Amino acid sequence: MSMDRRKFLKIAGISSVLGLGASVAQATHNIWSKGLGPDQVAQNSKALKAKHWAMVIDMSKFRTDADFRKVADACHHIHNVPNFKTPDGKVDIKNEIKWIWKETYEHAFPQQENPYMEESLKEKPFLVLCNHCENPACVRVCPTKATFKRQDDGIVMMDMHRCIGCRFCMAACPYGARSFNWTDPRPAIDPRFENREYPTRTKGVVEKCTFCTERLAVGKMPACVEAAPKGGMFFGDLENHNSEVRKIVKTRLTVRRKPELGTGPSVYYLIGGKDHA
Amino acid sequence: MKLYDGGKIIAGLIVFVALAAFPFFYNIGKANPKPEPKLDTPAIRQWEKQYGKKECIESKAYMRAEHMQLLNDWRDSVVRDNERLYISTTSKKHFNMSLQNDCMQCHSNKKKFCDECHNYLAVKPFCWDCHIAPKEDEKS
Repeated sequence: MSMDRRKFLKIAGISSVLGLGASVAQATHNIWSKGLGPDQVAQNSKALKAKHWAMVIDMSKFRTDADFRKVADACHHIHNVPNFKTPDGKVDIKNEIKWIWKETYEHAFPQQENPYMEESLKEKPFLVLCNHCENPACVRVCPTKATFKRQDDGIVMMDMHRCIGCRFCMAACPYGARSFNWTDPRPAIDPRFENREYPTRTKGVVEKCTFCTERLAVGKMPACVEAAPKGGMFFGDLENHNSEVRKIVKTRLTVRRKPELGTGPSVYYLIGGKDHA
Repeated sequence: MKLYDGGKIIAGLIVFVALAAFPFFYNIGKANPKPEPKLDTPAIRQWEKQYGKKECIESKAYMRAEHMQLLNDWRDSVVRDNERLYISTTSKKHFNMSLQNDCMQCHSNKKKFCDECHNYLAVKPFCWDCHIAPKEDEKS
């Protein structure tokens, strides 16, 4: 069989395109077909579910320093959050890791300071944590999708396995809700409070509050909500108009941190609460 | 053909070959013992008593070959999809998808189970940088 140059090139071209296409298709198939099938997974029947988890914090219920400490300790002990100290026993600000903490009014609500304002408010500390925003800036900047917003319940989650420690999310978060592990956190975890059912983190990853997804999955409320003074914190589904959080948000004046940025925080604050919110 | 500086070159070659081959000669006849992961833990004995056999969540051959892929899939399922229970394809039992709280409940002998093969194969998975390994007796 004789073949002219033109015909040969045509056949060679078509076969290489087909060959390359098939190998690309095979590789894509391999990547996409990994993962567990729907018949291999299930959820705990006790799991708490919501379309949009949200929190209401009634600041009037937090009166003493101990109220704040109890809530922060409950969270930090359960999640093995390290407690870095300087040699003289103070908080090591450079290494500090915090999921939920106490913040001054002017830091929690900048641009809302009036020159003369209610004295009690001006001096009042606020309980702050990750706001699990509707439109989270941290998720937009993460180059590895290590932090992402769960579509079904709105929780802004972290996949520590994927975090490369670039800290873009820390720069993007307007609430300072993220902390970076500059060193191995394990030596700074008090062995008395170590929770052996929850992982620690490792050097070089960013961490933050997760709205206790591991507790919601087994039917428990977040640790901070359980440890809060009576009526101090509410947690529920903002999309469900019968939920407690929705009722409070609908009937009382609540504020959110830096709403002007358009991130849509899911943590609402009641400033002057009555006895039951 | 003339080889310039032949003495030096050949001496150098001999030294190089001797050095490069040294590990092979040094270890000749000394095979490393085959890794033998142990299944002797209280939880596994209890399981055997209850169900009449030792069984992992999937077949032994599958676990041996694919446990790393399975753990990866578990991670994605738990962290991303919030699906936290795994249904075994062999026994249809439900398992909590958690290395720290489920795998290590039975395999509480990390040193004799995980490390046995991982050390032999010189693989260093970074599971334990974050996940807390079970407490083990130093003697066992």
